[in-house]
Amino acid sequence: MSKLTLDALRKMRDEKQKAMDKRDPNGKDIQVIVGMGTCGIAAGAREAFNTIIETLDAKGISNVLVRQTGCMGLCHSEPTVEVVAPDMPTIIYGNVDAATAKKIVEDHIVGKRLIDAKICDRPAADIMK
Amino acid sequence: MHATVCDYIADCTQNAIEAGATDITLTLHTDPDMIAVTIEDNGKGMSPETLRKALDPFYSEPGKHDHRRIGMGLPLIQQAADALDGELKVESVPGKGTKVFFRFNAKHLDTPPMGDIPGTVIGLMTLPGNYDLTFVRDAYSVRRSELVEALGNLEEASNLVLAKEFLTSQETSEEL
Repeated sequence: MSKLTLDALRKMRDEKQKAMDKRDPNGKDIQVIVGMGTCGIAAGAREAFNTIIETLDAKGISNVLVRQTGCMGLCHSEPTVEVVAPDMPTIIYGNVDAATAKKIVEDHIVGKRLIDAKICDRPAADIMK
Repeated sequence: MHATVCDYIADCTQNAIEAGATDITLTLHTDPDMIAVTIEDNGKGMSPETLRKALDPFYSEPGKHDHRRIGMGLPLIQQAADALDGELKVESVPGKGTKVFFRFNAKHLDTPPMGDIPGTVIGLMTLPGNYDLTFVRDAYSVRRSELVEALGNLEEASNLVLAKEFLTSQETSEEL
């Protein structure tokens, strides 16, 4: 493989953007946040992250922003992925392996259905005091 | 021990971003004998006392995590360095920044695989914040700001895939 230049990267982006704009005129109204503290890293957050961006890209979904964050305090359930989507509850999924990451895109983001078995409760405020 | 060397890099570089740095340089050198990583930031730095505590796994900087007081980042690197004929050096000046250097013996039987370098670097660049991250490799270097400039943002999946492709092309180029 030869090295890509930044100019080549700009061109690739423009081409992709044109194709995207045709398919999806919506704004960026969904956020996917992958936990990447020491706990997330050790549990395989990278695989979850890669699967999410590759699945979104393959499906041409452009209304999603993908971000990472540090430890969310749910180290026991890493990798964790938070999904913030309009008209849906904000959900943190736990134990997100590659298959679950794919389901997050296909079921939650596209199908607007929660993946019940992977929903992670936030720690109750009263036990954290 | 982490599963890959990239996991140590991700962990430590994330600390720099969380320390409020606006300028971070991550340097990765690999040769058949050695893996060496330097992470230099202009974040808030640490006092000698805090630095000593940062190497203690049963300490985490107050306020960094809401719900726990344990921090494993640097202690895990120290443990790996001890086990892999390596070393960890941390220099820090409060208000100026921190420089972390660690190296592992690449030929040590227990040295974990390198891992996904492009995925790790792009992943780090998606951590929120107004900072620039320069990744310096033996045969190329890439800055977060230049990728943002070329792609518009590093938040859309399509851009992240392209950024990863870009970095993979640098990493797998025969010129390396």
